[in-house]
Amino acid sequence: MNAVASVDLQLTPTLSYLLRPADTALIHAQRLTEWCGHGPVLEEDIALSNMALDLLGQARALLAHAATVATVAGQAGQAGQACAGLDEDQLAFLRDEGQFLNFTLAELPLRKPGAHSSAPASGGDFADTVLRNFLLATWFKALWTRAVQSTDSELAGIAAKALKEARYHQQHAGDWVVRLGDGTAESARRMQAALQRAWPYTTELFAHDAVDEAAVASGLGPARRDLQADWQRDVDNTLAAAQLQAPAATPFISTGSTGLHSEHLGHVLAEMQFLQRRFPGGRW
Amino acid sequence: MSGADAAQATEWPLFEVFVRPKAGLEHKHCGSLHAADAAMAVQLAREVYTRRQEGVSLWVVKSSDVTASDPGDRDMYFDPMADKVYRHPSFYVLPQAVDHL
Amino acid sequence: MYTQAMDTAPREERAALRSADEAAIEARFEARIDAGEFIEAKDWMPAHYRKTLVRQISQHAHSEIVGMLPEGNWVTRAPTLKRKTILLAKIQDEAGHGLYLYAAAETLGTSRDQMLQALHSGQAKYSSIFNYPTLSWADIGVVGWLVDGAAIMNQVPLTRCSYAPYARAMVRICREESFHQRQGFDSLLVMMKEGTAAQRAMVQDAVNRWWWPSLMMFGPPDADSPNSAQGMRWGIKRVSNDTLRQRFVDACVQQVAVLGVNLPDPDLKWNDERQAHDFGAIDWSEFWRVVNGHGPCNAERLAARVNAWEAGAWVREAAMAHAAKQAARAAAQEQAA
Repeated sequence: MNAVASVDLQLTPTLSYLLRPADTALIHAQRLTEWCGHGPVLEEDIALSNMALDLLGQARALLAHAATVATVAGQAGQAGQACAGLDEDQLAFLRDEGQFLNFTLAELPLRKPGAHSSAPASGGDFADTVLRNFLLATWFKALWTRAVQSTDSELAGIAAKALKEARYHQQHAGDWVVRLGDGTAESARRMQAALQRAWPYTTELFAHDAVDEAAVASGLGPARRDLQADWQRDVDNTLAAAQLQAPAATPFISTGSTGLHSEHLGHVLAEMQFLQRRFPGGRW
Repeated sequence: MSGADAAQATEWPLFEVFVRPKAGLEHKHCGSLHAADAAMAVQLAREVYTRRQEGVSLWVVKSSDVTASDPGDRDMYFDPMADKVYRHPSFYVLPQAVDHL
Repeated sequence: MYTQAMDTAPREERAALRSADEAAIEARFEARIDAGEFIEAKDWMPAHYRKTLVRQISQHAHSEIVGMLPEGNWVTRAPTLKRKTILLAKIQDEAGHGLYLYAAAETLGTSRDQMLQALHSGQAKYSSIFNYPTLSWADIGVVGWLVDGAAIMNQVPLTRCSYAPYARAMVRICREESFHQRQGFDSLLVMMKEGTAAQRAMVQDAVNRWWWPSLMMFGPPDADSPNSAQGMRWGIKRVSNDTLRQRFVDACVQQVAVLGVNLPDPDLKWNDERQAHDFGAIDWSEFWRVVNGHGPCNAERLAARVNAWEAGAWVREAAMAHAAKQAARAAAQEQAA
């Protein structure tokens, strides 16, 4: 591994398509690990870290695969030729914020109050956590269900394994959404508040752009909007069982999947990437 | 509600966990955990007791539902078995031709 | 290390026996211990045996849970995805170990909530080592190497503890524990053998800070551990503090040679007569300061656990409320049918 300070990628449609779920899984896992040792009950601490481990595994597989198709911006070489020497860690620890393509929903604070952000009510608690786990797991389940038919055999293989994990995550998190939505008056209040906070950020999960178009055309994978019907059905069922009300749609749309993030991602990456930046060329 | 009562009202019940390590074997007791209800107990048992692929099937039983023999009765229940050695296959010396039975 | 609980408590006086019958029952109990028999949850046991075990097992459990915090401090900053995965799995194991131990303690008639209440009030203790801060990534490797190494040395004898539920929990824990020490050592080896000068300096600094606290984990010298004898008698403690500490020092000296770091003890040297390493004097005033609540991180560690518990109260209540609602609905359906 060379002692590079930063990695600057050429964001082709194929690479972007892979980075969206890769980065979403990575950043969501990163947020979940903030719960280590702080969960409401010991057994759930273990469950949350299991989920984080699954997501980290998916992120690693996807990033490793993305690394084989990634080209560095401005690098001399044949068109479409992958850049030798890139690996999952360089992508995770040496890319700058503008090249992370996770959904903004994944980077919002989960456990501590949002001390860094000027946005109101940006704190997070266990209600936000189980809700986000459920919303994202449901999205991943819809994605992986279709991606098993990808013309990219590596992605198809990743999808097959990840689908089992996503189904379990959805069940576990969904059970919690119902438990808390239909628990005490306080838990219902907190769940509704969490839903209020998260809902505007779900529009992005089904947006449509050239990256989605290219993926459908090449058979790489489904467009995000193709996942919406399944997602909506699962979410409606769970919210109904939880006695929760989905907020009304608004024109708000987040843009993390295009590299334009909220104020939170910078802090997440500063923490996550600090050691690799501090010890360039280090071996771990 | 007093502090103690409040604590009691929120304490999750204890469940005993049994794991079947692989198809064909019996479920074996491997420990216990706290959960709010049986459905949660099964999920948590998976998280806590099968992280290293220790099983294909899980049972959970509320600890308060387990009935145990009284160890004071041990002599009565179990010693009579000790002298009924004819129950054990090794007791019977068979001709070599059929010893695989 | 986990018998710190017994070692740091004042000498315990046994309640006087009340009758000849009790003396006979207790003699039979001691005979079972001497014969190497296992005591199970529903067997008769002296009140003092039960009380000692509840304290030891629960404090062992608390140690696992509090031990998640110094490592959790670095999981968001792990330098590679592989190291992040490994560290997360290790922390998760520790939560699991705490859970097995709480379960074992509950077989003796206490409850999870009661044990947590004792921890949160400051009444129950946990191993002194977790009151030190993890200040660099190298600390994580050193904690795996030294702290888990010491734990393993302590835990293997406990798999033969006379109280069977505890022994069984220890067997399960030991199976999972060896990965913990190996991953720590492996992390340090890579930094020392393949890393930069700055990384090597980071490792040496971590060793300098964690060595003496690691030796203190084994508890006070045998002469200053008034309850050890009873623990040995009952098969709860199998090997003395000083013996384990010496074994640990001798093992580490060999490992240090492979790593290429120095141990911060100018008095450390091989003694041919004893066939063991002599080592320098431990600052026992530091040990007692930390055990009594005045170490670098005691207040923060306890506050973190108390906050997690209190902040999670509404979650636990909601789960019980929901379970009650479901039960009521099921009962109503049965009635209607």
